[in-house]
Amino acid sequence: MTSDDLLRLQNVSVRLGGRDILKDVSFGIRPGQFTGLIGPNGAGKTTLLKVILGLQPVTSGAVLLDGEPRPARDASIGYVPQKLGLEPDVPLRVRDVVSLGLDGHKFGIRLPSRARRELVSDMLTAVGAQRYADARVGELSGGEQQRVMIAHALISRPRLLLLDEPLANLDISSEQGIVSVLARLARAEQVAVLLSAHDMNPLMPVMDRIVYVAAGRVAVGDTDEVVQPEVLSRLYGQHVDVIRVHGRILVVAAPEGVDEDHAVAEDAGVMR
Amino acid sequence: MHYLFEPGFFASGPVHVALAVGTVIAITSAVVGVFTVIRGQSFAGHSLADIATTGGSGAFLIGVNQFWGYLAFGAGAAAFMEMIGIQRRRGRDVATGVVLGAALGLAALFLYLGTQYSSTTGASFSILFGSIFVLTPSTVPALIVSALLALATVVALARVLLLTSLSPDIAAARGVPVRAVGAAYLMALAVSVALSAVIIGAVLSTALLIGPAATALRLAKSPLKAMITAAGLGVAAIWLGIVLAYDSFYWPPAGRGWPVSFFVVTLIVGGYLITYLRRDPRRVGAEQAGPEQSIDAERACSPV
Repeated sequence: MTSDDLLRLQNVSVRLGGRDILKDVSFGIRPGQFTGLIGPNGAGKTTLLKVILGLQPVTSGAVLLDGEPRPARDASIGYVPQKLGLEPDVPLRVRDVVSLGLDGHKFGIRLPSRARRELVSDMLTAVGAQRYADARVGELSGGEQQRVMIAHALISRPRLLLLDEPLANLDISSEQGIVSVLARLARAEQVAVLLSAHDMNPLMPVMDRIVYVAAGRVAVGDTDEVVQPEVLSRLYGQHVDVIRVHGRILVVAAPEGVDEDHAVAEDAGVMR
Repeated sequence: MHYLFEPGFFASGPVHVALAVGTVIAITSAVVGVFTVIRGQSFAGHSLADIATTGGSGAFLIGVNQFWGYLAFGAGAAAFMEMIGIQRRRGRDVATGVVLGAALGLAALFLYLGTQYSSTTGASFSILFGSIFVLTPSTVPALIVSALLALATVVALARVLLLTSLSPDIAAARGVPVRAVGAAYLMALAVSVALSAVIIGAVLSTALLIGPAATALRLAKSPLKAMITAAGLGVAAIWLGIVLAYDSFYWPPAGRGWPVSFFVVTLIVGGYLITYLRRDPRRVGAEQAGPEQSIDAERACSPV
């Protein structure tokens, strides 16, 4: 299994300020695979993505790319952050942002060229953002910005695309739009996708695998294997229920400090 | 033409020097300023200007050309700000109230003592509000070289600065030394502030830095066009300011020209206000994107 992994995390632990953010995390991602990084807020999803990007040093463990330790600078990983720090009046047009995906990390100046312009236009068409190619990126809605940043990340042709909560704060139709664009491009370009989300439901149709994060630990596998009350209760360290309603999955935790036995006892007390 | 250019304007040596140096400095300040506004570091620029005032006054007190005072204190303050990260929002209140207040207090002391010893009456005025007509010829090459170095630094870093302001995390993941780039930029900013201080004074130097850039950012559609527009606006303000200041020699009170910095700053502010007569460029951009075509507009039709 390990030999054909594009990315492999081996026993990664991260300790920050005396707190364990990630504990002994191991999993692999194969080329072209769509993986959901699912878990509640504060579970360690963003830290995990930053470890893979090389932005967060690990306390122990290793991040391997094609079986080798991850190099300091690597163009084979694209990244879409959760938020952009741009004010609306910054005159960065959508096409400038996508163009920065090619060479924004380089020093010196570059002259415009027709080949580059066409490459940018093609990328914008691929993500369905060509209509606002000349708008300022700070003025776009959250869903529009996500599409632009996906184009920005994909134009350098990475083999792995990381997205940090791209569906947060989107309405349902934008959510579906982003998910279908990602699924289509992942298949067409053979890009592996690792996408973090606190709600797994919008990803159910496209997710090949799930990495469920809770309390700094992960459970990895097919959705049906992982999203089980026993597996998630062990992960959370407290009792959780998995409820399926109309094809949607809800993971519901019991109130803190209350496990099954106590809950029963309290109910009994009420009966008395 | 005769009414605009008073007799002798084109024959005056100080005017030639002022126009040449003013042009180079206006271009540098405007281009550096575009990134100051994009990076949200106008506050850092203003802090550097206040501290440069202390440097200029100190230099005057010990008899050194004030440009070196502006530069030394500005660069020192930039290094300090980079170390403690004060140019970001956090810590601004303390910096404004305590550090910058102390810097200007020291400037007041230095200027008072300096005028007591040297009895140079115009010195306080030229440090605070500039002195483009009385540039010391020996500093002119230093001014031009510093300006070109700051400009070259920012042009070389342009793409990296844009990527960093888009997302520092993306930049870092792609191998950009984000911290070092920020420090290099802050140094270029300190140099620009020192240069602007020479022309329009330490107190007003941020006007030349931020004003043309802020106006250009309202008008231009791309970063490159914003840099070119800002440079054009900066040069226009300096040239017109110099012409009007020269002309004002014949205005009341006769025989005493009005300060260049007054004209330059007034022109910059005027230019900025005029952009508000246009339609808001943000709205124009949004309309181009087409709200009815935008994906999120479907939100309105969505039942949830």
